[in-house]
Amino acid sequence: MAVPARFEFFLDQSRCIGCKSCVQACSECDTHKGESMIHLEYIDRAHSVQTVPVVCMHCEEPTCAEVCPADAIKRTGDGVVQSARKPRCIACGNCVMACPFGVPELYIDRAIMMKCDLCYDRTSVGKRPMCATVCPSQALFYGTREQLATLRPQSTPVNEFRFGAQRITTRVHVLVPRARPPALVDVTAALDDATQPRAVRLPVLRDAPDPFADVEV
Amino acid sequence: MATIPVDELEIIRAFGPHRSAKVRGTTSDEPEKLVKTHCCFCGQQCGIQLKVRHNEVIGFEPWEEFPFNRGMLCPKGVKRYLQGSHPDRLTTALARDPSSASGFRALPYERAIAQAAERIAAIQKAHGNGAVAVLSGASLTTEKTYLLGKFARVCLKTPYIDYNGRLCMVSAGAANKKAFGIDRVTSPWSDMIGTEVIWVAGSNVAECSPITTDYIWQARELGAKVIVQDPRITPIARTCDLYLPVRPGRDAALFAGVLNLLIEKDQIDHAFIDAHTAGFDAVAAYCREWPLERTSDVTGVPKRALEQAAELWGTAKSSFLFHARGIEHHSNGVQNALGTINLVLATGRIGKANSGYGTIVGQANGQGGREHGQKCDQLPGLRDISNPEHRKYIASVWGIAPEEIPGPGVDAYELFRKIDAGEIKALIAICINPKISLPDNQFIARALDKLELFCAIDFFLSDTARHADLVLPGSLQEEDEGVVAQVEARVIKINKAVDCPGEARQDWRIIQDLARALGREKGFTFADARAIFDELRIASKGGVADYSGMTYEKIEKQMGVFWPCYSHDPKTGEPTPDHPGTPRLFEPDSYNPIAKGAGPFYFPDGKARFNVADYRPAVDDVSAEYPIFLTTGRVVSQFLSGNQTRRIGPLVDQYPEPRLELHPRLAGKLGIADGDWTTCETRRGAITVRAQVVTTIRPDTVFVPYHWGGDKSINRVTVAAQDPISKIPQYKVCGCRVRKADGAPAYAARLEPQQ
Repeated sequence: MAVPARFEFFLDQSRCIGCKSCVQACSECDTHKGESMIHLEYIDRAHSVQTVPVVCMHCEEPTCAEVCPADAIKRTGDGVVQSARKPRCIACGNCVMACPFGVPELYIDRAIMMKCDLCYDRTSVGKRPMCATVCPSQALFYGTREQLATLRPQSTPVNEFRFGAQRITTRVHVLVPRARPPALVDVTAALDDATQPRAVRLPVLRDAPDPFADVEV
Repeated sequence: MATIPVDELEIIRAFGPHRSAKVRGTTSDEPEKLVKTHCCFCGQQCGIQLKVRHNEVIGFEPWEEFPFNRGMLCPKGVKRYLQGSHPDRLTTALARDPSSASGFRALPYERAIAQAAERIAAIQKAHGNGAVAVLSGASLTTEKTYLLGKFARVCLKTPYIDYNGRLCMVSAGAANKKAFGIDRVTSPWSDMIGTEVIWVAGSNVAECSPITTDYIWQARELGAKVIVQDPRITPIARTCDLYLPVRPGRDAALFAGVLNLLIEKDQIDHAFIDAHTAGFDAVAAYCREWPLERTSDVTGVPKRALEQAAELWGTAKSSFLFHARGIEHHSNGVQNALGTINLVLATGRIGKANSGYGTIVGQANGQGGREHGQKCDQLPGLRDISNPEHRKYIASVWGIAPEEIPGPGVDAYELFRKIDAGEIKALIAICINPKISLPDNQFIARALDKLELFCAIDFFLSDTARHADLVLPGSLQEEDEGVVAQVEARVIKINKAVDCPGEARQDWRIIQDLARALGREKGFTFADARAIFDELRIASKGGVADYSGMTYEKIEKQMGVFWPCYSHDPKTGEPTPDHPGTPRLFEPDSYNPIAKGAGPFYFPDGKARFNVADYRPAVDDVSAEYPIFLTTGRVVSQFLSGNQTRRIGPLVDQYPEPRLELHPRLAGKLGIADGDWTTCETRRGAITVRAQVVTTIRPDTVFVPYHWGGDKSINRVTVAAQDPISKIPQYKVCGCRVRKADGAPAYAARLEPQQ
């Protein structure tokens, strides 16, 4: 069985509420051995409740597989980059260091790398992955382009990323505002830019980034 | 005497909370069956399928066909299955035994029932029927809540029954009845998709009702503007269109000020007000006392934000307004809720597609638990225990004389004051953990110690049940069947997945066993939950919350039935076996049995009522002595007093212990750094927890979640002030002072995080 091409994975970080339902559900997926393959972090909890869920982006040319000395990471014909294969993986951690999205994780006790495999046991038989099924904010969305067009008229998907000189195309898409979509997501440029103060800004406070500026202590 | 005879650490050693395993068995185990049911936790009541093997719940599978959540679950729902087969599960009855290391010894179930009955009978003989009280809960199925109300009045013949919805739903319920004559949300959540404005007043939606987030985001994706009113920038506020950073306890002033702006700009629906409401003029006169300047001064919300709120609300053609405990947990809670209703009625946006109003209930059966008679002043069908006609009808269903039904009792907190005063000497408690959940809970612990008999029905030994003389092992949600009404007033079916372990019993059987042992079993011989439901349907018939047209089969076939659902058309009296229920209330030409066609609202004239929603300062407000606002609430991975969720390992790991949130400006002034042990002190006492320094909270306010017991319980220091109408406690505000702690609290070395 293969994952039907019409079903795609879309990530909308602006919807994420940090509840970790995806993290908790991932560990319930049959092939994940009780571990969660999803990373979900606060960007900077001191200044915002913004969280970012990270699933495997399932690259067309996966860096993790390219750097693997044991050829333990396979990309299936339907574009899913699988977790490391047991007899081959030597737990060297090359993939962990190389993945630009920071996805693979080494399990020292089991001497193997495990990562998100798009719930292959589920998606290859037509089900949705566990994380996107349970996600209460649908920041993780698994469906067709037609569904996306109906449900997310203000968003558009992007699947090109740049990390310095490296350009990556992925099976998983990130949703960006339709009004001003970037052609690609330049991750390293975002890191290089002088970062804006991360105080939460809301429309009413456009001129005053701190919503509590007037509050006396 | 119920004083705990041993070190609580010994009780914890024996009964937990211990953490469950991370997962159950190996995940590739094939289940024997998948049971379609619902989550046991909050009022969203998400559909879920439990994987069952060898009489054990071994996992879950999303239930994507269930229309409300379509497979979505929060982390509690995902891991809820781990509460089954837990090492802490009570599988025998327990009796107090000071000679035992844990303070308890197991005893055979039948002997425990006999002892309980014997002591209840002796106390009633010596001190009267009213010396015995019952406390129950809104996480129970509606069948159980119905049976408990009947048990208190008919078997124990005591007026004293109340429930933990008193801590949760009553402000909204009282306001709804005053304004609409009926107590439920107006609309199914699907009505939200396509609305123009959503106003979220005091509801941490993302953490307390996570599935509602998708509805709000989906509405926003289709163009809705989102207004969030909260002292904290919660995840739902992070990207909202308008944030109203209200000072705790000032909500009624905010609503009055915004309504005043709407009236000034004439952005109100005169035709609707004239045709369908009463009392507007008095409300308008009151709102004139709230010009912009004063409203801003009192609420702490910038004038421009108030004007924008009025602009968004005043120019919308469709809207939803939701509130939750943030505005309800106040000694002014009913007024706050009425303030929101006035905004809704003034703009006439109710009773139509894409326009609605409601409270987001917190508990599994937060809606259904308040309808069928476990509340101290209520009889089944949302009937009034003081109304002679209502008493007469229910007495006829119960086969007793109307005068045999006791009068109204008292609210859950007052009940503890009566225990403290020695008037109530015996307590039967189920599904309630007041030693953690009630404010100023050191008083609750002292009151529990004064009881001559405390009989707790529990599946895990809660902090409250540690004080018990007798513990009867009850049932987990997945060990019984029945119905609950979820947040939309959609009645859904809970299905049994596994049998009770050991000598544990389904709760309704325990109640009936007590009745039998008391020699008062008439009316308590139901063979199954369905038989209780069938009597409940008859008891609710003709009441506002009419379930008469529902069957288990209809509920499962329709995936939920919104009440009222009539067995006979209220207009014609014709049988209506196919009545589908009532998803949306107050539609223009709708007929209800109170108005009888006079109008859509549940009053004889069919009109909704404006009520002056008067701002009053909080009790024990900030002062020179206690200058900082203390507010409390939940985190997403824990539920209520944590008696279940603090035993589920992965949920404990997600947020292990309470922390005190404070703004860096306040922290700087107090010399507190992130992670420091910090002491929060009120007039009731002090609590020491670690600080979390964040810019997402008002700098004059600190927040602590309430899911933990003992020295980690923030309700040690909250104030036992109550709303004069609803009797809800004022959890959301009191004055406190905060300082860096002298060192780590004693519990840090003694207890695991969840204990």
